[in-house]
Amino acid sequence: MIAGFPGRRFAGRVARHAILILTVAFALLPFLWMVSLSLKPPEEIFQVDFRLWPTAFHGVENYHVALTAAPMFRFLLNGLLVCAAIFALQLLVCIPCAYALAKLRFRGRDTLFSAVLVGLLLPPQALAIPHFLMLNVFGLLDTYAALILPWAISTFGIFLLRQFFRSIPDEIIHAARLDGLGEFEIIWRIMIPMTAPALTAFGIFSIVAHWNDLFWPLIAVRREEISTPALGILLFRDDEAGQFFGPLMAGAVIIVAPLLVAFLIAQRRLIDGLAVTTMR
Amino acid sequence: MTALDQNRARRADAKASFATRSREQGLAWLAVSPALLLLIGLLFGPVAAVVLFSLTDWQLGSFNFHFIGIANFKTLFTDPTFWKALSNTLIYAAIVVPGTVLLGLVVALLIEASPNLRGFYRAAHFLPVMSTMSAMAIVWGTMLHPTIGLVNRALGAVGISGVNWLRDERTALLALAVIGIWQGFGFAMVLFISGLKAVPQQLYDAAAVDGADGVLDRLRFVTLPMLGPVTMFVVILTATRAFEVFDSVRVLTQGGPNYASEVLLHRFYTESFDFLRMGYGAALTVVYLAIVVLLTLTQARLLEGRVHYS
Repeated sequence: MIAGFPGRRFAGRVARHAILILTVAFALLPFLWMVSLSLKPPEEIFQVDFRLWPTAFHGVENYHVALTAAPMFRFLLNGLLVCAAIFALQLLVCIPCAYALAKLRFRGRDTLFSAVLVGLLLPPQALAIPHFLMLNVFGLLDTYAALILPWAISTFGIFLLRQFFRSIPDEIIHAARLDGLGEFEIIWRIMIPMTAPALTAFGIFSIVAHWNDLFWPLIAVRREEISTPALGILLFRDDEAGQFFGPLMAGAVIIVAPLLVAFLIAQRRLIDGLAVTTMR
Repeated sequence: MTALDQNRARRADAKASFATRSREQGLAWLAVSPALLLLIGLLFGPVAAVVLFSLTDWQLGSFNFHFIGIANFKTLFTDPTFWKALSNTLIYAAIVVPGTVLLGLVVALLIEASPNLRGFYRAAHFLPVMSTMSAMAIVWGTMLHPTIGLVNRALGAVGISGVNWLRDERTALLALAVIGIWQGFGFAMVLFISGLKAVPQQLYDAAAVDGADGVLDRLRFVTLPMLGPVTMFVVILTATRAFEVFDSVRVLTQGGPNYASEVLLHRFYTESFDFLRMGYGAALTVVYLAIVVLLTLTQARLLEGRVHYS
């Protein structure tokens, strides 16, 4: 790629790695620091000279405190439950709507699509007060329903899936209709399998967003038992045991790890999928 | 085929298409009805409600309220903390947006320059994007700790005495902005990489024929112009996210010290859900909503002129 003399090419290669190692350090240092502190006894954390690996290994104690002082696994389980429920609801609502917008002719289609586009502009945080009040009226505050229901509709999901559904040729749908398939069968047996990458990407967006969300759980939930991971770690910090850096960092590792491990396992396909879908 | 046959066939066709069309109408409405109901019940209804609330003096827990016109907005616009929060949010965005876009672009260009270690670099830069901000903000809090923190230890090693980053009025917002860049630049990188992949090789060949074959020439005449649409997209995305900054503020500074790191969304949260002043909170929401929507629309309009390669 780089034209010119071999010497210049070599220098360019070295420069590339030198700069990228710096930016990688910026990206990864917080994680290294977190893991390092989570393995250290208190006196070593406050020592003047810093070592990445602890001289006295204190990991077992720190993680034990984190797991017993706060229901860390409960937080993770809550996160899983809430994210799965939200995504399932979103699919149920978005897929038929996106299909109709992409492939069916009906009066009001353009108006509905404009409404979806306007919905895309609305930052969800702006709806917090009315959502809070609605849940209050139905007595649902501080329940799982409060964490799930406000997210049942995703204009992003409708928009994204509509774009992908449109890219499937009409001939395929006509052929399926001639074969006697109903519209819902067409969705189930043709549209969903053919747009699996888009659905996966939508799922990742949805799950990452709601697993990491702090704003809404902070409003909707008070009880520790139903806290999601992002809220749970904050409750732990403001608790007595969270005043100690070792256990606090151990807790942070437990909260952050599941998504990061999942990401590292599936990273290549995941990154490509995210880029493609965001640009649509 | 006789004319009569043709005619009959056409008529049958029209009949059938009328029947399928009305069937299609019914099915379509069935398919969109859940989404439509939820759009109204969870998005547009609530937006209307927020506007309505902003005109009342209602407080959570009290049973009656009065319409007080634009009094909430008057209070808001004469409240110095609101202006502080607004200007802080703008300053935060003014640091985070260029920082994220530039860093994301440079990293993307360097990664794509050679296949060497490409996968590792991509994954490593992307990790912050996937991580839970509230937990990582706590980690950043310890890194920025005045005595045991990594940052001040590193500065101390080269003879500079650091400050108490998050408790100092001069540095709190800056520290939060750095955390914001840290969280977001990996996502910008991914978008730029996919933009780079879409640049056709022929353009580089053509540029080489015209004598532009140095790295910088190629960058200036081919790569950067071709990245126009992606750049527009990244800028809008990053700016929107910057205006939504909340987690790091809530976890680390609560807007302090002395409102030095107060931002719009945190102000809104505090007024509405700590002080339960819903009317005032709703007015703040209306202003916030107006800013975010205007921002998105103007940016799209402004950048549209420069982007015509897609």
